[in-house]
Amino acid sequence: MFKFASMLMTPAAKYLMLAFAVLFPLVAANEYQVYVMATAFVWAIAVYGLNIITGFCGQLNLAHGGFFAIGAYTLGLLTADFGWSFWPAFVAALVMTAVLGFLVGIVSLRLKEHYFAIFTLCVGFIIYLLIDKWEELTHGAIGVRDIAAPYGFGVVDFTDTTPFYYLVLAFLVFAIWFMGRLSKSLLGRTFIAIRNGDELAQSLGINLMRNKVLAFVLSTTYAGLAGALYAGMVRFIGPDEANIQHTFDMITYLLVGGIGTIMGPLLGTIGIVWITQSLQFLEEYRMIIFGPLLVLLVIFFPRGITGSFLTWMHRKSQALVPGKKREERKMNTVQPREAESNA
Amino acid sequence: MNLFFQQIINGLTLGSIYGLVALGLTLVYGILHIPNFAHGALYMVGAFMSYFFMVDLGAHYWVAMAGSAIVVALLAVLCERLVFHPLRHSPPIHDKIAAIGILLFLEAMVQMFWGSDFRRMSSPFTGILNFDGLIIPEQRLLIIAGAFVLVVALQLFLRKTMTGATIIAMAQSRDGAFLVGIDANRVAMMTFAISGVLAAFAATLYAPINLVYPAMGHLVIMKAFVIIILGGMGSIPGAIVGGMIIGFAEALGGFYISTSYKDIIAFGLLVLILSVRPQGLFAKGAH
Amino acid sequence: MLKVEHLTKMFGGLAAVNDVSVEFETGKINAIIGPNGAGKSTFFNLISGMHEPTSGRILLDGEDVTKLPSDKVARLGVGRTFQTTNLFEQATVLDNLIVGHRLRTRSGLWDVLINSKRLQREEKSARDKAMEALEFVGLTHVAGQFIADITQEARKRVAFALALATDPKIVLLDEPAAGINPEETVGFAALMRKMVDEKGLTVCLIEHKMDMIMSLADKIMVLDHGEKIAEGTPEEVRNNPVVIEAYLGGDEDAAA
Repeated sequence: MFKFASMLMTPAAKYLMLAFAVLFPLVAANEYQVYVMATAFVWAIAVYGLNIITGFCGQLNLAHGGFFAIGAYTLGLLTADFGWSFWPAFVAALVMTAVLGFLVGIVSLRLKEHYFAIFTLCVGFIIYLLIDKWEELTHGAIGVRDIAAPYGFGVVDFTDTTPFYYLVLAFLVFAIWFMGRLSKSLLGRTFIAIRNGDELAQSLGINLMRNKVLAFVLSTTYAGLAGALYAGMVRFIGPDEANIQHTFDMITYLLVGGIGTIMGPLLGTIGIVWITQSLQFLEEYRMIIFGPLLVLLVIFFPRGITGSFLTWMHRKSQALVPGKKREERKMNTVQPREAESNA
Repeated sequence: MNLFFQQIINGLTLGSIYGLVALGLTLVYGILHIPNFAHGALYMVGAFMSYFFMVDLGAHYWVAMAGSAIVVALLAVLCERLVFHPLRHSPPIHDKIAAIGILLFLEAMVQMFWGSDFRRMSSPFTGILNFDGLIIPEQRLLIIAGAFVLVVALQLFLRKTMTGATIIAMAQSRDGAFLVGIDANRVAMMTFAISGVLAAFAATLYAPINLVYPAMGHLVIMKAFVIIILGGMGSIPGAIVGGMIIGFAEALGGFYISTSYKDIIAFGLLVLILSVRPQGLFAKGAH
Repeated sequence: MLKVEHLTKMFGGLAAVNDVSVEFETGKINAIIGPNGAGKSTFFNLISGMHEPTSGRILLDGEDVTKLPSDKVARLGVGRTFQTTNLFEQATVLDNLIVGHRLRTRSGLWDVLINSKRLQREEKSARDKAMEALEFVGLTHVAGQFIADITQEARKRVAFALALATDPKIVLLDEPAAGINPEETVGFAALMRKMVDEKGLTVCLIEHKMDMIMSLADKIMVLDHGEKIAEGTPEEVRNNPVVIEAYLGGDEDAAA
């Protein structure tokens, strides 16, 4: 069992997963399944963004869905109303979310914990209200139609589902690759140090503001990337893209998969998207299950599927070393209690 | 001139409702340091419970209000016991996410039973008073008077009863409260119950001049958060004053500036204030 | 090495630290004692730049650091530990320590994207530094274990190692021996002595365990109600009537 499990996390397993993703359109029963998978990938990219600021840096950003919508609307409006073609608008969407992320970041990240969460909740809502009410620019509740699809430079046609699927997959692979590299780098460790505590991080010479803003901008850019891809895929967007519900959905994906882990956002998103898909009746009432699930997760498995699995594997590998280590382990279980009674 | 006074009445009405919701939120925050994102869902459940008692069971408005208060208080205590209590030693991000989980669950439950339609709930106070051209619907008067009575009752409870005194003691110093032997669990449950009662009263008072629907708590809770940040998280007078500020800003802003953007006013105000004073408007200096 | 002149910090109308002047010499162990609420932790927070003083000056090797934020102070060589250190529980001891050397590195986002030579070099040096610190505190054998799985005492040692990985000149230790048993306390005293003897560090600690302080410290400063009431060798402080009064007269658990 252990051997099998540890195989799942080896690099080979990651290539296997990639191979499966590449072959998926060939084995999928119909085009709709490919479409669902592409949607799941798009959300996964956004969830990776949330993972940077919330998972690594420890700041609960409730405006994440808002930045997703900004990415989608930037691309949508530029192509539908201003006659831009897809790729320039795509780059503009990334720049827009990065710049707005920077501006929101330098204000909101001065606030600690609860204040930051509440502030970003309000920012998310302002974004929603602006999209809904600023009809001259956004068309309000009517939404944006006729959004351009990405052009394939004469080689591929991205208006087809399958080519678009591969496009999204490519961005997803890049997103995960970067996340993996970030998490192991000094920069990623800096973010984690901030999650451990502001004061401790500062005592280690870490400039809080600079690093938090950087993490925030990275996260909003991920959200913008996902939003832009989403707009290019569905070609029709409305104010509902900025609904706070999407942020809550993404938090659920992140928590189920494993907050602060590399594969967690992907596993959580794909898992839940497919579960909701296959249980259609759940669509409207899914929160009756996912709401309590969130609560149970933070109480019993705060690190989600991936995190719990990694912890279990690490313990297992430690336990496999015979003799000495086991003795220490026994001591460890006694020690904290003694320490408490001493204090 | 009358139009102006009309807006004052509107501001008072809104401020009363916001103040009541913010009071519950600030009490819970002051004692447990939890930003209870599920508080808006409690407010929403409060409205639906009253609707259920009145429309489905044919109860009188006052009876429905009392019944709703009891149900929501129990629900709030249940949340404390089952969710927030087990999480009291967790990192701060966990109880926020758990609160969001509760919010999503309650909304989905209500939606399952009643659907997502907008519903109307009428109260027996449909009359309109006319003071020399100044028109005040009875319900609005009831809201203002009701909020006043509730705030006074809460003050009396906190100042004059033993339980109230322990709540205040714990809000001021959690560690100190433990030292003098206050039963922290009891205080926590009590506080959640009070916050639930206030939310249910606010919802039942406001529902007749508004609509009842599963998402009705969203805006209210967000504004309540703005209010308690303005007034200082954990401060009771702050919640009332903050509620009035937001209520008036909305009523006057909606009338003189733009109705479609009136909901943005509160959030714009928050963004503005926190940008200049990250610790809030009335908060004491850092310690 | 560290010179504090007329340092005062007001919170609201109350002086948490009131007109304290003191000098800590290089390569000495300096202890700060005093009843609870005497302003000891605030004093540390002022030196490390966590709080800005209301008035007074702080000089580190002659350089004025009074108004510097804490991350800059740390870069100038002031390391510190806290009463409780939040670490990443589900990561190994070594992984938790690598970030300690971050302040001596410069790699940014771009280095991460292209996996630059500089990043690789700096990551290696940070890892080496972490191992070195781990060896210094005697924890090499748990390097691969999760923080969640090590003892309370080992956690405290990890916190020391983290501070050491920043390459400090002076370390501020906030109650390093709180919550550990007498035997382990002796081990910590030896570790602090080793920091001075082998690394030439200046140590400054807040502590309640009097027997440890009396045998360990070169110099003791006594704070009471934010004011310095005495200063000197353990012997001098022990016999100072003002100190005895403060401890016996106050509401303090001086027994420790």
